[in-house]
Amino acid sequence: MADVSTSTRGDLRLTHLTKSYGDFNAVNDLSLTIPEGSFFALLGPSGCGKTTTLRMIAGLEEPTQGSISLGTTDITYTKPYQRPINTVFQNYALFPHLTIFENIAFGLRRRGIKDVDDAVNKALALVELPHLAQRKPTQLSGGQQQRIALARAIVNRPALLLLDEPLGALDLKLRRQMQIELKWIQKEVGITFVHVTHDQEEAMTMADTIAVMNEGEIEQMGSPADLYDNPKTAFVANFLGQSNLIKGTVTGNDGANQIVDLYGQKISLQKDRSHGVDSAIYAGIRPEKFRISRLQTATSGNILTGGKVEDVSYIGVSTQYQVMMPWGQELMVFEQNDDGVAPFSVGESVNISWEPIFTFGLRGDEDAEAGTEVNPEEDLDE
Amino acid sequence: MRKISRWFQRNLIRIYAVIAFTYLFIPIAYTFAFSFNDGGKSNLIWKGFTLSNWQNPCGAPEVCTALGNSIKIGFLATTIATILGTMIAFAIGRHNFRGRSTTNLLIFLPMATPEIVLGASLLSLFLVFKINPGFWPTVIAHVMFCISFVVVTVKARIASLDPRLEQAAMDLYANEAETFRRVTLPLVAPGIAGAALLAFSLSFDDFIITNFNSGTMVTFPKFVYVSATRGIPPQANVIGSSMFILAITIVALGQFVGRKRKVS
Amino acid sequence: MSSQKKFGLSTPYLLLLPGMGFLFTFFILPIINLAQTSTQTPVAGGDTGQYEQTLRFQNYIDAFVENKEQFGRSFVYAILATALALAIAYPLAYAIAFKSGKLKNLLLVLVVAPFFTSFLLRTIAWKQILGEQGFVVPTLRSLHLISESTTLTSSAFAVVAGMTYNFLPFMTLPLYASIDRIDPRTLEASGDLYANGFTTFRKVTFPLSLPGVVAGTLLTFIPAAGDYVNAAILGSPQTKMIGNVIDSRFFKIVDYPTASALSFTLMAAILILVTIYIRKAGTEELV
Repeated sequence: MADVSTSTRGDLRLTHLTKSYGDFNAVNDLSLTIPEGSFFALLGPSGCGKTTTLRMIAGLEEPTQGSISLGTTDITYTKPYQRPINTVFQNYALFPHLTIFENIAFGLRRRGIKDVDDAVNKALALVELPHLAQRKPTQLSGGQQQRIALARAIVNRPALLLLDEPLGALDLKLRRQMQIELKWIQKEVGITFVHVTHDQEEAMTMADTIAVMNEGEIEQMGSPADLYDNPKTAFVANFLGQSNLIKGTVTGNDGANQIVDLYGQKISLQKDRSHGVDSAIYAGIRPEKFRISRLQTATSGNILTGGKVEDVSYIGVSTQYQVMMPWGQELMVFEQNDDGVAPFSVGESVNISWEPIFTFGLRGDEDAEAGTEVNPEEDLDE
Repeated sequence: MRKISRWFQRNLIRIYAVIAFTYLFIPIAYTFAFSFNDGGKSNLIWKGFTLSNWQNPCGAPEVCTALGNSIKIGFLATTIATILGTMIAFAIGRHNFRGRSTTNLLIFLPMATPEIVLGASLLSLFLVFKINPGFWPTVIAHVMFCISFVVVTVKARIASLDPRLEQAAMDLYANEAETFRRVTLPLVAPGIAGAALLAFSLSFDDFIITNFNSGTMVTFPKFVYVSATRGIPPQANVIGSSMFILAITIVALGQFVGRKRKVS
Repeated sequence: MSSQKKFGLSTPYLLLLPGMGFLFTFFILPIINLAQTSTQTPVAGGDTGQYEQTLRFQNYIDAFVENKEQFGRSFVYAILATALALAIAYPLAYAIAFKSGKLKNLLLVLVVAPFFTSFLLRTIAWKQILGEQGFVVPTLRSLHLISESTTLTSSAFAVVAGMTYNFLPFMTLPLYASIDRIDPRTLEASGDLYANGFTTFRKVTFPLSLPGVVAGTLLTFIPAAGDYVNAAILGSPQTKMIGNVIDSRFFKIVDYPTASALSFTLMAAILILVTIYIRKAGTEELV
């Protein structure tokens, strides 16, 4: 019987965590704190080190360097079965030779708990599948297996629940439904959830805090809104939604704003949203923040003139434009179809404008394409 | 006419399969039929129907001694080969170690060596060490050629096992020993059972290697081979047919139990 | 993987030790001993079966020259039996994989079922069915399909047919395993892309089933080349294979060096052929 101190509670702290395979650092000097009771997401493309991080927290992988602690207890080298941490595995890993009931009871029994019926039934009720107790995993649908995997982990009341791409194998509709349910269950049980995913929409729907990982390191950490509205790197700007990044130069200050020259046109950028290190920066604007207007229409805020509509896609709630700017860059503009204005047509000359508070500034030496080439819908398995 | 030829074309491969199965089963049907022959010692020509062979399967001299030896050797060889082979399969399937490819080669070689070479070489070794051929040398010989087949069968099963299942068990508070006992072993068990069944049937049916290493001891295949020249007694047919029926029953039961488990 | 660390480094070796020790003692040592025996010479003035260790490689040449016919026959028969078994088993495996519907499991059991009756009993059954006292020969004679003097047993035909029969399940099972894995949609795609039935088979089905073909032919060829039981039961002195020679050298003539040299040559020849075959099948298309 395993010796598990389930009383260990508190924040999860990763300190200078590194995992190397030969010369390659899958996880590189990663430090972060996950507050107790939060829903935390590790978001990144395949191969970014998020699953390796999760496996180290679970105890399935030993760090090369650094430490992991839960509350005040160091668990860096503790066996997986001695940690008050449970995992919902990718593809669920339900035991095919055991019934659903026995699958859920597995952890309780290993910890020497005699009367498991009550706890198992409660867990089954929580995931709304009490009638499946005596079935075998192969007789369940993907969505049902997913819930059982969740019940099997939650029934142990761990200090920390790890979810490894838990919804990756489900179809889109079921995934959306499960996202809402998972969020509700997390609130209900109050356990800290650490969720690994490559799906930015999934992370944003569920998590309180997201850490965006790239090449073994954390690019940026914060609330979904924070990351989306004020990305600090090109990778985050491109991986979470879409961004227009325009090369520019900081030419001066105006109170709390910087004046930025974009190919001869001046715009303003709030200083606290500018993450450049010198005068060469990228000005970033989300496509839906743009407004598109005919040349003669009066506009306020930041304005870029001389655009020409290259492509129009009408997609119901919005219309998406590709606008060619005088300096040869195509900008994406998403317009809500709520103003009754007839869509612009290809070839029309237009101006583009936006509220200055939506501008964010990135370092000018970054790769403007970082984070775009990875298609998050691909490569479910790392 | 065209209808008939179209039907024929469409079902050509099925007709072919029926013919092929007939080919496979003619000698078995023959063996079964002649187990009821009232033919006395030489069972060459059909002389009339009788149940006496089935009522007294040990009627022919030595036939049950031979059968007994074959079963004893089969059980011993199967047990030892299954244990040793399963251990090797776990080492290869679950661990990385130096000498892995050499190990794989050493497992493959006995399967690529003709039985006569296996039998002859082992006998010459026994002769060097002045060990007389007989019961135990035969058991050793059978273990030797069964191990590889066990390793291959069990290894395939281990390879098809999702490593995440074992990780899940560890994650759910099962230590190494419990993980092995509660998850790994039950999941590999069908492979081990299949390997044991294969080993037993290989051992039970072996003639060439046995002939080299058994000395004067008679096994069932040896009995059949030796009596072939003067005609096999119908009791041998009874035993052959019984083994067939027994094996088919075991397989059918296995299927039935497997299906029931899946459904309920 | 993390598992080794958890179980300790020596675990794989502990698991391997008994089994590999067994194989070393009772497989490798005998082969080494066989190699030694193969160059021995009779003790001058000694009894039959008394030999002393020399390095007489001439044994190999003598043994080969004396038995080259039987060697040739073994390989020809084995190749014929393998080819025949492939020809019979392929459509059968294909039918089970693609055309059997609900009967699939039952048919698979039927393929394995012959294993459960002694192969000697089945071989002898063939001998009796096709023999002078069976019903086939008299029937064919009365229909004048064969002449009065023609027999079906005691012939090369009977030996090859017997081997084909006995090794058929070894051919069918791996073939089935390979063909069953083929996605039927790839065959439909081939038809969609203007390939007729034959081209689809040649360019899609067969290449995809190649692993099964290789495994099946090996599982048939290796035991067939070393077999002597079929030749002993169904053949005549004119159909003796190398296995029969080794057997009689060991037991009747007690000529261990020649028997060992023959065994060793047989094993080496098979291993070389198998290696070439696997290389060819692995790197190039067989057709």
